[in-house]
Amino acid sequence: MDNMAGQKTSLSIVTNISVIVLVVLWLIPTVGLLVSSFRTNDQISASGWWASMFSVEEAIRISPEPAGASRNGDYHVLSGNLFEGGSGSVSGFGIAATAPGVAEPGQVYARYTVDVTEPDGKVDDTRIEVAYDAGTEAVIPTQDDDGNAVVPGTAVLERSLEVTENGDFTYVSDKEIKRAPSVYITTMQPPSFSLKNYQTIMASDNMDRAFINTLTVTIPATIIPILIAAFAAYALAWMDFAGRGFLIAMVVGLLVVPLQLALVPLLQLHNKIGIGQSFLGIWLAHTGFGLPLAIYLLRNYMVGLPRDIIESAKVDGATDFQVFTKIVLPLSFPALASFAIFQFLWTWNDLLIAKVFLPSNSESWVMTVKIADDLLGSRGGDWGILAAAAFISIAVPLFVFFAMQKYLVRGLLAGSVK
Amino acid sequence: MSPVLQGFITIIVGVGGCVAYFYASNLILDKVIFPARHDDHGRNINRATMVRPWLFLFPAVFALGLYLVYPVVGSFVRSLYNRAGDEFIGFGNYSQMFSEEGFRTALLNNILWALVVPAGATFLGLLVAQLTDKLRWGNFAKSLIFMPMAISFVGASLIWKFVYANDPDIGIINALRDTMGMGPVDPMQIPFWNNFFLMVILIWIQTGFAMVILSAALRGIPEETIEAAIIDGANPFQIFFKIKVPQIMGTIVVVWTTITILVLKVFDIVYAMTGGNFDTEILPSYMMDYMFRDDGRATAVAFVIMIIVLPVMVWNIRQARKEMR
Repeated sequence: MDNMAGQKTSLSIVTNISVIVLVVLWLIPTVGLLVSSFRTNDQISASGWWASMFSVEEAIRISPEPAGASRNGDYHVLSGNLFEGGSGSVSGFGIAATAPGVAEPGQVYARYTVDVTEPDGKVDDTRIEVAYDAGTEAVIPTQDDDGNAVVPGTAVLERSLEVTENGDFTYVSDKEIKRAPSVYITTMQPPSFSLKNYQTIMASDNMDRAFINTLTVTIPATIIPILIAAFAAYALAWMDFAGRGFLIAMVVGLLVVPLQLALVPLLQLHNKIGIGQSFLGIWLAHTGFGLPLAIYLLRNYMVGLPRDIIESAKVDGATDFQVFTKIVLPLSFPALASFAIFQFLWTWNDLLIAKVFLPSNSESWVMTVKIADDLLGSRGGDWGILAAAAFISIAVPLFVFFAMQKYLVRGLLAGSVK
Repeated sequence: MSPVLQGFITIIVGVGGCVAYFYASNLILDKVIFPARHDDHGRNINRATMVRPWLFLFPAVFALGLYLVYPVVGSFVRSLYNRAGDEFIGFGNYSQMFSEEGFRTALLNNILWALVVPAGATFLGLLVAQLTDKLRWGNFAKSLIFMPMAISFVGASLIWKFVYANDPDIGIINALRDTMGMGPVDPMQIPFWNNFFLMVILIWIQTGFAMVILSAALRGIPEETIEAAIIDGANPFQIFFKIKVPQIMGTIVVVWTTITILVLKVFDIVYAMTGGNFDTEILPSYMMDYMFRDDGRATAVAFVIMIIVLPVMVWNIRQARKEMR
C-alpha cells in the first residue's frame, strides 16, 4: 500500500541500497575492532584491518648468528639462510631500517667508501650504496647523493649483502663479524589471525580479574532491585491509598535526576556508616539508582494486567500478598526480564559509579575502569591489546543483547512511549 | 572475604531479606496488629488495608529517598561550602566557576552536545525506522544498527579510537584521506570540530534507541490516514513528512528529550577519548576533574547539570499526571 505501481521498484532499490549503506557504516567501527583484536601489532601497523584478508608486505629485521663467519682475504664473510628453520619468500632487502626493501632478491647491495670532489674543490670521502645483479660488477656512480663528483677508482668496499628469494644470503664486511649483523628484508606475509592478544591481556594484564570484578558488581546489582521494585510497583498499580499519585510523579521525576548529584553526598554517607568504597557500596548505589526505572517499567506493565483476574482472586479471599506473589509476579515476567536486561547492561557498562564507589586500587578495577584508566595509558600504542581488551568487555553485553533483544525492545517501548 | 563470595552472600541476604521482610510484615499486620477477629473485625481489615500499601512501598521509598532525593538536597548544601567543607561561602563556588574559562568552555560544549546529539540521533533513527519499515530484511538491519546500544561508552570510545587513529594504516578516516593524497590528521586535535567528532560516537550509540521507538510509533500510525493520502495522490515524501511525522510528533519529542537527558550524564566518551584536552570538556567530565579533589566545586557543577535537567523533569511529571487521569 506504500506506493503506486510505477514508482515501487525504483524506490525499493533506493531504499535497499540506503539501508545497506547505513548498516555498513554502522558496522565498520565494530568490525574494525574485532578484526584488529586478532592481529599482531606488526600487522596492525603494517596495513589497515580492511586489508587484513590480503597478503601484506612486511618489513622485518633479522640478525643471523655470527658463528660460522670466515675470512676471505681482507674481508669477512658470513653466509646462510635468513629463514633458518622456516620458510618464506623475500621480496626485497637492505642494510638499513630506513630502506628495508631497497634491493631486489638476486641482487647484491653494497656500501662503498669513495672520494668525492666538493664544489669548493676539496676532496673528501663519503659513502655510496649501490645495488647490482649478483655475478656482475658493481657500477660506481659518477656522482654521490649530494651531486658531488666521485673520484674514479677510489671506491673501497665496506660491506655488501646478497640475498636470494629463498632467503640465502652472503654478508661481506671489512671488519670482523663478531656480533650479529642487522639484515632487513621485506616479505609477503599471508593473512594470519591469532588469539595472542587475548592470551596476553588475560594472562599478564589482570583483565581476568577485572572481568570477575565486573561480574561481581553486575549480578547482585541486577537482582536486588527487582524484588524491591516489584512490590512497590504492585502497590502503585493495584492498591488504593492517599499519596499514590504523588509517589508515581516522584518516581517519574527521579528517572531523570543526574547521577552526578548523588556521588559526593552518598560517598560521604558510605564513609560515615563504614561501608566506604567497597563492593557493598556499589551494590547499594546501583540498587538505588536503578529503582526509578524498575518501578516505572513494572508499574506500567502491571497496570495493564487484566483487572478481572486480580479482582476475582480477591473475591475468592486472596490477600494482596498472595495476589502479588501468585498472580501478578508470574504474569509480569516480560517486564521483569526487560528491566533485568537494562540494569545488567547499564551496570556492566558503567564507568562513573565504579570510579566513585569502588576502591581505586587495581584489585577492584572493573573492566571499564581498567580500560579507561589503565590500558589507554599504559598500553596506549598497543592497538592489538587494546582491541582485545575492549572486545572482552563488550562480548557479554553483545551476547545478552542479541539473545534477549525482544525483551530489551519491549522495555524501551514501555519506558518511553506514552 | 573474596568479593565473589561476598557478592553471593549479598544476593542471598538481599533477596532473602526482601522476601522475609514482605512476608513477615504482612503476617504481623494481619495476625498481630490488626487481627481480623472479635468485634472490630471489619474495622481492623480496613485499617490493615490502609497500612499495607506502605509495607509494600517502604523499602523502595526508603532507597529512593536515601539514594536520589537526599543527594539532591545534600549536593546543593555541600555546593555552598568551600573545598574542605568547613566554611559556608554561599554561592562562592558558582561565581568562581562561572568566572573561569574552563567551566564556560565546558558549558558551551555541553550546550552544543545537547543540541547536536539528540538532533542527529533522532533524525538518523527516524530515517532508519522509515527505510526499514517495509523491508524484508528490515528487522535484521535494525538489530545491527541497534547493536551499539549494548556497548559501553568506554568500549565505544575505544572502537572509535581505531576509526580516528592518526596512522593511515590503522584509522580508516586517515586511510581515506591518504588515498585522496591528503596528509594524516588527528581528528581529536582539530579545534572546535573535535567536539563534533566526539558527538558522532554518542550519535552512533543512540541512533538505535531512537530507531526502535520511532519504528514502533510508525507502525502504530492508522493505515487509513496513509491510504487516504495515497488515493489523494501524495508521493512517498509527502506521505512521510505531511502524514507520518506529524502523527508521531509526540514520540519524537519523547525520544529527543530522553537523549538530551542522557547527553547531560555521559562523561565516559570525553574522558576516554581526550581526557577533556583540546577544549573538548563537557560538564560531566569537568565535574569528574574535581571529584575527590574539591567536593564543593564538584557538587556545584552537578547542581548546574540538575538545573539544566529540571525543565525536562517537570515536563515529564506533568505528562505522567495527565496520563493517569
